Amino acid sequence: MINGISIDLYLWLSSILFVIGVIGVMLRRNTIILFMCIELMLNAVSLLMVAFSALHQDTAGQVFVFFNMAVAACEVAVGLAILTMIFRRSKSIDADLLSNLKN
Amino acid sequence: MNLAILIPLFPLIGFLLNGFFGKKMSKTLSGTIGASAVFASFIVSIIVFAQLQTAPGNSMTVNVFDWISADTLNIPIAFLIDSLSVVFLLIITGIGFLIHVYSIGYMKHDEGFSRFFAYLNLFIFFMLLLVMGNNYLVMFMGWEGVGLCSYLLIGFWFKERENNNAARKAFVMNRIGDLGFLLGIFLIFVTYGSTTFGEIFPMVDGASESTITIIALLLFVGAMGKSAQIPLFTWLPDAMAGPTPVSALIHAATMVTAGVYMVVRSNVFYSLSQTASTTIAIVGILTMLLGALIALFQNDIKKILAYSTVSQLGLMFVALGVHAYSSAVFHVTTHAFFKALLFLAAGSVIHAMSGEQDIRKMGGLKGKIKITFLTMLIGTIAISGFPPFSGFFSKDEIFAHLFQSNYTLWLIALFASMLTTFYMFRLLYLTFFGSFRGTAAQEKHLHESPKSMTIPLLVLAILSIFGGVLGLPASWHLPNWMHHNLEAIVIFDEPIILSHATEWLLMAIAIGGAVVALVFSYVIYRKQGILPVEKESMLKNWQKPIFYKFYVDELYETVIRKPIDGLAKVFYKVIDLQIINAIVDGAGKGINRLGVSARLLQNGNVGTYFVFMVAAIIGILLFTFLN
Repeated sequence: MINGISIDLYLWLSSILFVIGVIGVMLRRNTIILFMCIELMLNAVSLLMVAFSALHQDTAGQVFVFFNMAVAACEVAVGLAILTMIFRRSKSIDADLLSNLKN
Repeated sequence: MNLAILIPLFPLIGFLLNGFFGKKMSKTLSGTIGASAVFASFIVSIIVFAQLQTAPGNSMTVNVFDWISADTLNIPIAFLIDSLSVVFLLIITGIGFLIHVYSIGYMKHDEGFSRFFAYLNLFIFFMLLLVMGNNYLVMFMGWEGVGLCSYLLIGFWFKERENNNAARKAFVMNRIGDLGFLLGIFLIFVTYGSTTFGEIFPMVDGASESTITIIALLLFVGAMGKSAQIPLFTWLPDAMAGPTPVSALIHAATMVTAGVYMVVRSNVFYSLSQTASTTIAIVGILTMLLGALIALFQNDIKKILAYSTVSQLGLMFVALGVHAYSSAVFHVTTHAFFKALLFLAAGSVIHAMSGEQDIRKMGGLKGKIKITFLTMLIGTIAISGFPPFSGFFSKDEIFAHLFQSNYTLWLIALFASMLTTFYMFRLLYLTFFGSFRGTAAQEKHLHESPKSMTIPLLVLAILSIFGGVLGLPASWHLPNWMHHNLEAIVIFDEPIILSHATEWLLMAIAIGGAVVALVFSYVIYRKQGILPVEKESMLKNWQKPIFYKFYVDELYETVIRKPIDGLAKVFYKVIDLQIINAIVDGAGKGINRLGVSARLLQNGNVGTYFVFMVAAIIGILLFTFLN
């Protein structure tokens, strides 16, 4: 119990968010959306960590999530920069168009 | 420590010095090391020989070290010095030394001088090991070693393809024999549980007669290869591709008599197996006759001597076949003297003729190279069996044995011996008499060989004249040293039981035969001055098979080499190319095809990769849950 809410609910919410993220990555081709879906999965996991951290009265999990968020912010910055470059080259942000690395 | 260890040690040191540092040494130093190593062995051999006379039982065993020791198998490197091995020791080191000295002169201008002496010393080392070993394995080690050295020395001038072929032929032929020898050793070990002579020989008759016969025959197969008996004799004439001192040392005086040594050493087996003895006698007499016949029409001075060696080896084996072991050893000794002499003299002739070996292009050398002529004459008389030269005594002893056991053998041997006299004098007349038939350049260059070559010739000539005193016939009422010396070793030595009158008669017949052959040779080649024909097409029909050496090489070519070649081709084309290649290629191609289809999965689409990833994660999770 965390503040009167059962851990099960946290688990459910986290799982649903994660699956939404997975399905989004699988189905969508827009790179921005893909990015967001990946962030969604990351945040699902972070949520779970915070929840268990509170449950076990152990701050290690919460500290870890802070690190996680910082790294995610960096990643987004780099990722968006790459996206901008791709858009400049190909006037599109469709992920399928990026398969030309194989040649 | 016994002095005997030093005997093989000196040549080994000589080999190592010449082998490793030969290139940095001057030729004089190289030759001196080679010759003095063998001379030192010779001196020690004489000392050991003297010691042996007072040793208990006239035999000494010298343990060097344990070689193989496992459970009941115990094989030491040990030397057995007895009256048999000491005879061979003296021959090998004594004649070996003379030939080393001769080689210093003969090989003077050769670029491989130190290599030559290294090989020669190595050969002497292995040969000593062969005769000194106190068990079959040490003997076999020496046996293989001399085969190797023979190969190296036949192909000494390796820049010519022919020489390499001859070397390979000798090696392969010897291997066939070696296989027999090796199987014989295995069978001995299985039967008697030991390979040491001293342990085996007292219990030989414990085995069944058929086992003894098989052992004896297998050992004889080994002797066939090494001692150039039918059917493995064809390598010896080809071995003349090597330098002449090699022909004298290895292919006349020592290595080829190793087979005789081995049979005499194992005489117990042969004395207990009449079948094996009869086989040896038949093979021996056929070899003797064949060698003598082929020698009649050869024109290469060394080839004549080579076939003569084959023939004389045949005679030794006939003697072994009728259990005249000490007579065979006696003949080995005298043969070593006069055949080494003949080869070295032939080498001196070749040296004088600037490398010419064809006797049709020689003639009239008598006055030009007097010492060579004189020594060659002595050698020829000795091999022809005229008294009181050494060959007469040893041949006469064997003939008496043959007469005693089988008239047919005696008659054939007598005939072959007459042929020997005939072709040897043919060689002598064509080479030294008549007019010179070579080129003008050769005639101008004719010269006697240097002292280092003529002195060994003279020493060997003296030995060839007086070597007979080692085994004087009983009818002369003088002691037969050789027979007496070997009494303890060859307990089954057949004694001559002929009356003295018969012996005198046999001698008279043998001498008469030799004289007849000499007269024939004289009339044909000296008086009528007939020369061997220049072209093969001028041969008469009956001469052709002999000239072509009875087509033995061609026969082996058709019967053995071609089928094996054919078989090899089948293996190559069918099994190798079609089956093995198909398997190997198939494996490669299969992987390649798999790669082609697997490559399609990697289409560069991020979504697809992600689907695979998720599917894999789900799969792993499911797998974990279900377990």
